[in-house]
Amino acid sequence: MTDIPQSGAFPADRPAPKGGSLLVTDARTKKRNRAERRFKAYGIAALGIGMLFLVALLWAILSNGLTAFTQSYVQLDVPLLEEKLDKDGDRDPAKIAKVSTFGYAPLIEQALTDLVERTGVETELAPKALTKILSSSAAAQLRDRVLANPELIGQTVSVELLASSRVDGYLKGRVSRASLARDKNLDAEHLDLIDAWRDAGLVEKRFNWDFITGADASDSRPEQAGIGVAMLGSLFMMLVVLILSLPIGVAASIYLEEFAPQNRLTDLIEVNISNLAAVPSIVFGILGLAVFIQFMHLPQSAPLVGGLVLTLMTLPTIIISTRASLKSVPPSIRNAALGVGASKMQAVTHHVLPLAMPGILTGTILGLAQALGETAPLLLIGMVGYIATNYPEGVAEGFLAPNSAMPAQIYEWAKRADPAFYERAWGGIIVLLVFLLAMNLIAVLLRRRFERRW
Amino acid sequence: MSFVKMTASSAALIAATAGFATAQGRDNVQVAGSSTVLPYASIVAEAFGENFDFPTPVVESGGSSAGLARFCEGVGENTIDIANASRAMREGEVEACASNGVNEIIEVRVGYDGIVFASDISGESFAFTPADWYNALAAEIPEGGEMVSNPNTSWADVNADLPDQEILAFIPGTKHGTREVFEEKVLLAGCEETGAMQAMLDAGMDEDAAEAACIKTRTDGVSIDIDGDYTETLARIEANPNGIGVFGLSFYENNTDSLQVATMSGVEPSTETIASGEYPVSRPLYFYVKKAHLGVIPGLQEFVEFFVADEIAGPDGPLAAYGLVADPELAATQETVANGTTMDAM
Repeated sequence: MTDIPQSGAFPADRPAPKGGSLLVTDARTKKRNRAERRFKAYGIAALGIGMLFLVALLWAILSNGLTAFTQSYVQLDVPLLEEKLDKDGDRDPAKIAKVSTFGYAPLIEQALTDLVERTGVETELAPKALTKILSSSAAAQLRDRVLANPELIGQTVSVELLASSRVDGYLKGRVSRASLARDKNLDAEHLDLIDAWRDAGLVEKRFNWDFITGADASDSRPEQAGIGVAMLGSLFMMLVVLILSLPIGVAASIYLEEFAPQNRLTDLIEVNISNLAAVPSIVFGILGLAVFIQFMHLPQSAPLVGGLVLTLMTLPTIIISTRASLKSVPPSIRNAALGVGASKMQAVTHHVLPLAMPGILTGTILGLAQALGETAPLLLIGMVGYIATNYPEGVAEGFLAPNSAMPAQIYEWAKRADPAFYERAWGGIIVLLVFLLAMNLIAVLLRRRFERRW
Repeated sequence: MSFVKMTASSAALIAATAGFATAQGRDNVQVAGSSTVLPYASIVAEAFGENFDFPTPVVESGGSSAGLARFCEGVGENTIDIANASRAMREGEVEACASNGVNEIIEVRVGYDGIVFASDISGESFAFTPADWYNALAAEIPEGGEMVSNPNTSWADVNADLPDQEILAFIPGTKHGTREVFEEKVLLAGCEETGAMQAMLDAGMDEDAAEAACIKTRTDGVSIDIDGDYTETLARIEANPNGIGVFGLSFYENNTDSLQVATMSGVEPSTETIASGEYPVSRPLYFYVKKAHLGVIPGLQEFVEFFVADEIAGPDGPLAAYGLVADPELAATQETVANGTTMDAM
């Protein structure tokens, strides 16, 4: 390379660089390296703080909520006295049904008194005070059983009844003798009985399926409350959202992305869709109240209305993600299709759409997950309160009968007076998180499995 | 895959279900209103669902005023049947109802509820009088013939017998019926007790202005309006142990492990002292029923009768067990319900 002119990059007369060797880093390089290390440390610290919050959140949720998944039960032998339940003795279901839950209360009182005697525990509690050990649902549990099997009348049946929320709290360590000192719902003497019965195996704590499958309960019996009906409400809402927002969203995106001319009007529509995605969800709730309930006269508190409101909220998200995935299909695919004589519609439906499908589905699932956790709009259309009490009978009723949704149920429980409901609220959060995680997992799997890079 | 077809069919499905909804008719009772009455209403609704062949009624909360506003929206399946209220219906609300065609309203008093003042369990205990609350919370108090802005910062400033603790009160917001009772039975009573009312009248204010001045609360951060539920008040007290909150008796009784209750004029609140009238701060709880819905909405008549039945609302019923003070005149209420006597006929 002798013909390179000497006057090039390194003129011979240039003075030697100061500091000389490449093996010794100079001050400026050191400074730059330090800055880089600091920069990395900031990033790691930010990540660490984020992880810390996540761990704290998970810890709070699990430590407060896991106890909702166990529940205390009392084993009781109840004499179903004929003179109380069926005075005429003719086992006429109509007459038996006339005996209300209040008619069953004395039987339970009697059974508890017998149990105290049988187990030989000394107590000064009156028979009526003894019933504070059991949930007030006990009479209803017993009545349902008798109505289903009238032949049980006259026998003594062994039933497993829910313990009251204070007793349950004691077995879970939430309630102590000291905390009961001023509590009129339970006395320390009751706890002596519970201790004795627990040793005898008559009181036990076990997994609470009813929390996952059950209906909401009134303020006086948190031990009976479950999230199952609210879960169905969420399911029906999500069905409405899916059925409506997927086709509408995809059709709108295809038109905007593949067919629409570029003009002022389509620009305006695009800007508005992006803006709608950022509109606070409570606004959609007010809109839903005004349009669906007050104008269209759809039923209040119905999952159908909830689903319609959430559809409005989810549509922009789905349109934006669908357009992004349509855009990521290379133009060469369209051009090739058009080049071999396909119509524009054929090019879209046969080639572009199948290739964009994983992205569209991922966006839809994430949009649904967002809608599943949404509470604010539901407040306005009457889905918060003591609502999720009846299992829907059939699909039509599932859409139209009053129901709550999982996040609304959690909010409702967090508002109630008895601390046992607070535990349920955290338990509900765990159930909701499991659903959200599952949906996100499906979205990730879909993307991993089907996504193509160009 | 035809998206046009899918869209069209789903739109048709929704239209069909919507049409079905209006044609089918509502078969459950719908209740909304006071969050104070909600626990009681939910207990009754649950027992009703267990004992009758009707579906369990739906009970929403939202506050007395919000519930009555919805109640007055009109008559028909798309409106609620019952509004719960922790105060009596106001004249303006009756007029609003009438202008929307809700003319025949049955007023049902279910019982009484105590309003208690409670603070953090580990803090000082308090023995209040209404006068203490007026002097602590009034925006302006009369001094030497003039109105001056409230200078008190510690409970000891208000009453030397009270602990020297900064004044911080969490009181119900204006959308709650409880607020009206608090104003009337505590602030106004205190205003009269201290002679402030008389001083204002002597200073030339007319009675309405004086009453308004009595119940106007401070805005300097000492008195905090809570628009949410009692759980929010409880959370505020847990975050700030100096705070004193206003609660319903039943809420307090469910949270005795974290709250201690203050006496009022020397009386400790309990269902007994409230029933006897010794404890001064209590109020009746009501619900209002649209007569036009009786016999139309299945189960409504039965639900209303069940609500005031002796075994539910009586002194030994589940409502009393939860903290409601049973109405001594329950029999008269039962008669009102049985006869369907409306408010204007009384």
